[in-house]
Amino acid sequence: MPTKIAKTAKATQSAPSQPPLVECKNLTKIISKHIILDDINLTIPRGKIIGLLGRNGAGKSTLLKTMNDLIVPSSGQVLVDGQPIGVASKRIISYLPERTYLDKTMHVAEAIKCFTEFYDDFDIAKAQKLIENLDLNLDQKISTMSKGMQEKLQLTLVMSRQAKLYILDEPLGGIDPATRDYILDTILSNFADGASMIISTHLIADIERILDEVIFIDQGKILLTADADTLRTKHHASIDEIFRQKFNHESKIS
Amino acid sequence: MMDNFNFQSDRPIYIQLVEQLELYIISGKIPPGERLPSVRDLALTTKVNPNTMQRALAELEDLKLIYTERTNGKYVTTNTKLITKYREKFASEKARTYLTDMQKLGFDSKTALDFLKAKGGIK
Repeated sequence: MPTKIAKTAKATQSAPSQPPLVECKNLTKIISKHIILDDINLTIPRGKIIGLLGRNGAGKSTLLKTMNDLIVPSSGQVLVDGQPIGVASKRIISYLPERTYLDKTMHVAEAIKCFTEFYDDFDIAKAQKLIENLDLNLDQKISTMSKGMQEKLQLTLVMSRQAKLYILDEPLGGIDPATRDYILDTILSNFADGASMIISTHLIADIERILDEVIFIDQGKILLTADADTLRTKHHASIDEIFRQKFNHESKIS
Repeated sequence: MMDNFNFQSDRPIYIQLVEQLELYIISGKIPPGERLPSVRDLALTTKVNPNTMQRALAELEDLKLIYTERTNGKYVTTNTKLITKYREKFASEKARTYLTDMQKLGFDSKTALDFLKAKGGIK
């Protein structure tokens, strides 16, 4: 038993017997001669919240889709928990895609039932509690909800799984500040102990305080992976400012 | 306890957590011997990542301002001498900052002190 809690945190992320949670090896994706992902080598550790940061079209969604077996790489591979992606990896990854995939003709209760049937790790009690907090009725039809409410519902369903890895693709796209706070709270209070989370976004200022690590991606290449607080110390700047300085060569930030 | 916690995003968050918690402890806002909320609860109320909070608490533990009782959680030290020592250190820094700032305005130490006595309490 470790004597210091600080050591415990380190021990869980680098227990020698465990493979990394996700490992991308020479991952390349070419679509009609365009290089979307360019020889990506990346390791996602356990127990961390990681920001995948890049401009529009940087390759964020494509990278996340390959981890979810929705895109087949042109070359290279992704290992999840040491295994090639497939049925086993889907069991431990809870994925919030960029666009909603819920059948809008369903009621909330039907959507919950759907998730219960699909995923062994789905926690119905938790989902129901979160949905109550949203002031949603179980018999409400998804098509009658606002876009923001549909996004919250989908996040609730994704966060109600006891997954090892949560992948959230642009969870903050086009939402108001109050909803953003709700989403950050939901993320922080519901991700399972020892699990990891990858959040992709170009709205960095909104989420940087909850990130352990950041990955900068641009033109299909990984430019940087670093501990968030180490990066702040090094540059005396916020992650948001560092990102802007890296990518807005033409406009100097005051 | 930790509500209204504002961060500057250009400085490491765990350091800001350490500073804030240290201030709460040396000022007595969290009294000696008090049990701290769980890491998860502290992280939630301050809206930071639990790992960041863990790192801040480990730092406070290194400073001996808090200690871990196995399985029971974390407590503020009962060593009031140590708390006084940190409080005095913190106060000295503030005093030095005051004197340096006043020097920049052209006050020598004595005039700065007289000024503090005369006007310090006035808004």
